[in-house]
Amino acid sequence: MSNILKFNIDNIMAYDKFEVLTSTAYPLPIENVDTDQIIPARFLKATERKDFDINFFRDWRFDSEGNPIADFPLNDPKYAGSKILVGGRNFGSGSSREHAAWSVYDFGLRCVISSAFADIFKNNCLNVGVLPVQVSAEFADKLFKAIEADPKTEIKVDLPNQTVTLVSTGESETFDINGYKKGNMLNGFDDIDYLQNIKEEIVEFTETRPF
Amino acid sequence: MATTLFDKVWDSHVVRKIEDGPDVFYIDRHFIHEVTSPVAFVGLKQRGIGVMYPERTFATADHNTPTWNQHLPVADPLSANQLEALANNAAKYGISHWGLGHRNNGIVHIVGPENGITLPGSTIVCGDSHTSTHGAFGAIAFGIGTSEVEMVLSSQCIMQPKPKKMRINVNGKLGFGVTPKDVALYIISKQTTSGATGYFVEYAGNVFEEMTMEGRMTVCNLSIEMGARGGMIAPDEKTFEYIQGRKHTPKGADWDKAMEYWKTLKTDEGAEFDVEFNYDAADIEPMITYGTNPGMGMGVTKSIPKAEEVEGGVETYKKSLGYMKFNEGEDMIGKPVDYVFLGSCTNGRIEDFRAFCSIIEGRKKAENITAWLVPGSHKVVDQIKEEGLDKIIEDAGFVLREPGCSACLAMNDDKIPAGKLAVSTSNRNFEGRQGPGSRTLLASPLVAAATAVEGVVTDPRTLLV
Ligand code: SF4
Repeated sequence: MSNILKFNIDNIMAYDKFEVLTSTAYPLPIENVDTDQIIPARFLKATERKDFDINFFRDWRFDSEGNPIADFPLNDPKYAGSKILVGGRNFGSGSSREHAAWSVYDFGLRCVISSAFADIFKNNCLNVGVLPVQVSAEFADKLFKAIEADPKTEIKVDLPNQTVTLVSTGESETFDINGYKKGNMLNGFDDIDYLQNIKEEIVEFTETRPF
Repeated sequence: MATTLFDKVWDSHVVRKIEDGPDVFYIDRHFIHEVTSPVAFVGLKQRGIGVMYPERTFATADHNTPTWNQHLPVADPLSANQLEALANNAAKYGISHWGLGHRNNGIVHIVGPENGITLPGSTIVCGDSHTSTHGAFGAIAFGIGTSEVEMVLSSQCIMQPKPKKMRINVNGKLGFGVTPKDVALYIISKQTTSGATGYFVEYAGNVFEEMTMEGRMTVCNLSIEMGARGGMIAPDEKTFEYIQGRKHTPKGADWDKAMEYWKTLKTDEGAEFDVEFNYDAADIEPMITYGTNPGMGMGVTKSIPKAEEVEGGVETYKKSLGYMKFNEGEDMIGKPVDYVFLGSCTNGRIEDFRAFCSIIEGRKKAENITAWLVPGSHKVVDQIKEEGLDKIIEDAGFVLREPGCSACLAMNDDKIPAGKLAVSTSNRNFEGRQGPGSRTLLASPLVAAATAVEGVVTDPRTLLV
């Protein structure tokens, strides 16, 4: 089970700390999944951040009448409750909408694994407490195969050690994350806290700007 | 040391380098709109912090706005709520706001340059991925998420790792009927939708040098569609001529000083890029997409590739063609089309309307086509009228709508119905992008116009004489 700590209610924009997460995973072996699929534009009309899970992958999860599409992995009871999503190559391309990362988080996911991420989506994930884990194409393939063979397959994502492990076989890979972002994720901090602390330096810099 | 244009602009905006972390990156200009900013303002309120430099942020309403009867109250309560939130937040924090009906209102990436807010050598961000448009002026401009919008509002900075550098050179002579949109779609088809992930692109070569500012904006706009963080083009006489005298452009002595700096903004001889690509202008045809990402494009006269000819997963490819209801090996020319959309921050400027009109002039809209012609801003509308293009549009049986993002992302009423096929001058052909179940073919204003009068996908060169 995951050892994610509880939500910090003092600061509503912050997120749960992330240390080691062991969970089953939803497989989504489709390439170039864009953020318009993760959350279609017509659901971006909120002025508050809440309940974005409802329309997470809306048009892939539900048909035009609003009935769940049974064989779509996110609806499949075999994987229910997973905290990890394993996606195909170039996950999160397209629109910069952070709503996509919010919907991932609100759906109960704390980690997305893929062999390649689009830049903005990756950044957005890191800013909202979802860990993007980039693995080799071979390892991603292994994960998909393992999940297909056994939907109860567990994956262990260890942020302090930067490793991702297929629990059943012990096969493991390391992943990259810069030290600063890693610290933020481990502590549930965000960039705004950091920037607020260096305001004087920013004021000085602003004075040097030509326009 | 020889440095690139990108390095010059980036390095001069680093407030602080964090070891094993991102740069604290200074933002000169920030655009906000109604969709991606409200939650950032909620964040400010919850943290009890304010807007540090309100004069560096500019608000415009565009994503959600109707393109018809803009003088009436916005009917959709959720859209109206977002527009009101934008207006209230702007008023509360002293941010300039161009709401619906304002003379300067329009799509954020069109009104920025029009008003001289976009300047060479500046850094520009907005909660919209096509912020890359402003790179046409030699600015570093890119899209950000809402957390970052909150960062810019509260500290005028974001935390960014420096991207790698790519240069794309296109040299030679462009063929007849080949527009900047085609150049961009061609490059993306070569790079694929993720080929430039992790990179910032500089476009170089005589093709971009000879391009108008409007064409350069179209090209830089589409940089994000190959995964790049953004794209830029070195400023030159054309750039300076475009910005001089606009509302927010430096004036007098400030202009002279700025010019001195701007003239240094080019990649030095011998400066190195992480990767470089060369394309020949003569290889580029009028383009069209056939799949569900902008990398799935080809010359309009070509046939849809077979699964085994494309890179990447066969399953993904088949899913894409299945959604489009197309078969491998089919021709695009002659396919019946239902909708034509001219507009968006990619092709909603005056030149795009001129190009469209050059084909529809003296012809009639095809019966089977529903056409939405949506200018990018009120200034574009004014120009259309000044040049008499509105007459051409009307005589050909088309209607000119009011400015906004419209069917580019279909958040307002301009939705392509499920199953219908649209030729669109916008930037994304993702599943459902233009409305649930809609099917999109991306193309230039010329291809869109030719299709609009013929009713089927048409090579514009057959109508241009
Ligand atoms: S026209 Fe489309 S891409 Fe451009 S700003 Fe509007 S929604 Fe974004």
